[in-house]
Amino acid sequence: MAKLYPAKPEKVYFFGTCLIDMFYPDAGMAGIRLLEREGIEVIYPQGQTCCGQPAYTSGYHDQSRQVAEAQLDLFPGDWPIVVPSGSCGGMMREHYPQLFAGTARAEQAQAVAERIWELTDFLLHVCQIRLQDLGEPMRVTLHTSCSARREMRVADAGPALLQQLDNVELVEPERATECCGFGGTFAVRHEQVSAAMVSDKVQALSATGAMAFATTDCGCLMNIDGHARKEQQPLSGEHIASFLWRRTHPAAEDSR
Amino acid sequence: MTAEPTFHTRARASLADPQIRANFRNAMDGLMGKRTAAFEGWELEELRTLGAAVRQRALSQLPDLLEQLEANCERNGIRVHWARDGEEACKVITELCQQHQARHVIKGKSMVSEEMELNHHLAGAGIEALESDLGEYIVQLAEETPSHIIMPAIHKNTGEISDLMHAKTGTEPRRDVPYLTSAARQQLRTKFMQADVGISGVNFAVAATGTLCLVENEGNGRLTTTVPPVHIAVTGIEKVVGGLEDVAPLLALLTRSATGQHITTYFNMISGPRPEGHLDGPREVHLVLVDNGRSEIWQDDELLETLRCIRCGACMNHCPVYTRVGGHAYGTTYPGPIGKILMPHLQGLAQTQDLPSASSLCGACGEVCPVKIPIPQLLVRLRREAVDGDKLNPSVVRGHGVKRRRLEALVWRLWAWGHARPALYRFGLALAQRLRFLQPRRLGAWTRHRTAPVLASDSLHARMARRDGGSS
Repeated sequence: MAKLYPAKPEKVYFFGTCLIDMFYPDAGMAGIRLLEREGIEVIYPQGQTCCGQPAYTSGYHDQSRQVAEAQLDLFPGDWPIVVPSGSCGGMMREHYPQLFAGTARAEQAQAVAERIWELTDFLLHVCQIRLQDLGEPMRVTLHTSCSARREMRVADAGPALLQQLDNVELVEPERATECCGFGGTFAVRHEQVSAAMVSDKVQALSATGAMAFATTDCGCLMNIDGHARKEQQPLSGEHIASFLWRRTHPAAEDSR
Repeated sequence: MTAEPTFHTRARASLADPQIRANFRNAMDGLMGKRTAAFEGWELEELRTLGAAVRQRALSQLPDLLEQLEANCERNGIRVHWARDGEEACKVITELCQQHQARHVIKGKSMVSEEMELNHHLAGAGIEALESDLGEYIVQLAEETPSHIIMPAIHKNTGEISDLMHAKTGTEPRRDVPYLTSAARQQLRTKFMQADVGISGVNFAVAATGTLCLVENEGNGRLTTTVPPVHIAVTGIEKVVGGLEDVAPLLALLTRSATGQHITTYFNMISGPRPEGHLDGPREVHLVLVDNGRSEIWQDDELLETLRCIRCGACMNHCPVYTRVGGHAYGTTYPGPIGKILMPHLQGLAQTQDLPSASSLCGACGEVCPVKIPIPQLLVRLRREAVDGDKLNPSVVRGHGVKRRRLEALVWRLWAWGHARPALYRFGLALAQRLRFLQPRRLGAWTRHRTAPVLASDSLHARMARRDGGSS
């Protein structure tokens, strides 16, 4: 079934995610600037913290609900909520309804869920963005997170955006659809299995000949980039929003 | 003192074994490719939706369909037996064998018989059970258990199988697949002729007609169910479907999902013993319907979806964890994603507590499941059950709460406390940024394989607050 996209709205809410807030604020700023450049007013609710996913996937649903509930009132207007992460977006869109089923917040959670958009999907299909590449020629590869691919079903957006960049050669890695082994607490609970997975992922991305990779999720970024650094591989990654902003903004250096 | 092996210890051993890793990676790559090719030109999403609906409907009518199945099987001359658990099923089958003074039993592939350790029980009664599926035969020679539900010996390569057959059956040590297959065929052929009883599984039990459907490639299923004078079919109660029209979509999904075949070499439809005056077929056919925890799963609307499974193995073929650790690491009859959501019900969460967490929740399993079992969602459900993590939805699975640790529960409570209070969260974050020179460089399991993420000097919150002038 084809997904229906609305017309470009006047305003959006931006849910930055806790990983971006703490470790990758540049990616958040880049996402916001890309949206603003499309003529959209971005509202960043200062009350936001975390979508509640870490506790959710660990089985602590009471605590997950408590944190998720604190996010529900942040979006009073009827604007789309844009999330620069397939994983947090997936949590809010796919799991909030079930998490709040049977509670007084059920209806509100459902309404919030329906307004969740993953950033790259929103830029491509709702903003219908046209990117003007200003960077030097380079080769890049992409890791689309499993949640962007299978929960949010937006795997087409990342490649389509990168392909708009004239000087960027996008190379697909072998087993592109395979998980990088992050999985939140999985990475520490099942240390060895996760390590084997990320090691294979770094190898596959490196084998493309690209020294840089972009990704739709900071969880994957932390995992893949962290492993490459630990193993002293030349591969390094960044959030796709940072990459797109850097390539298309004339004075990009100021805003990093 | 050596500790009992766990998923962790077994997984670590497999990860360190390059042969195991290569065997699985190669086999799974092949199977994924074949599946994709087999569905080319099909409306796969529609077919999966149909498959899911057919299975879901059958489960919603399960008690009625089982009664119908019993009545129609009996009418066809198939004797139906009910078993509450594996123990009872083994007893029924052993008694049937004893009634016929059986000494030699030949078996077609059946995961339910693995689940109830039937061979072990039969051996205890002095009855020799020989596996006739080539993969099962190899596993039996090696005195191992299957590492995959469709390809039991997938963990072995040709060289290993050649060595094994040489040692156990005296074949020439040749790494020659046709030679080894034909040698196994010779060995098995005599056994088929000598067998007193044939035991098989069932893929679909059709309630409306009392027909037992059996999918196979080697012809061993047909020999098992036709040559010996007695045929005993054994299956879980969830394998029942309403009518023959339900079999068509499920069969189309099963063979393509499992081995990438449009149809298997053999598809048997067994509808009774040898009729009067006929020369072929068993004189007696029995059907043993095993519950073994299934009716408990059935009582919960969400967990029930587990029972839709048609045992194709696609979830394990596509699982990045299974591909790396192999089937034996799970230590359960059913490995891989389906094992992780099924075994906790069969054995209780206490015995299987490491399985639901052994997933990155990547969703590859749910994406390929031909009957759309939401495997990742069920994994999260079992994680919740394992820690009794939801006061609104009390746990129901046997052994629930087994993983709840006071310290971990406290950590999550603190986490929630901090993250449900935005001002506190921002204060904590700002404080951490001030003190970020103190940030530990080593974070246990994370930093053994990765560098530690670096706390940014300025949060997104702070940047936006400055920009918006603290207006929102």
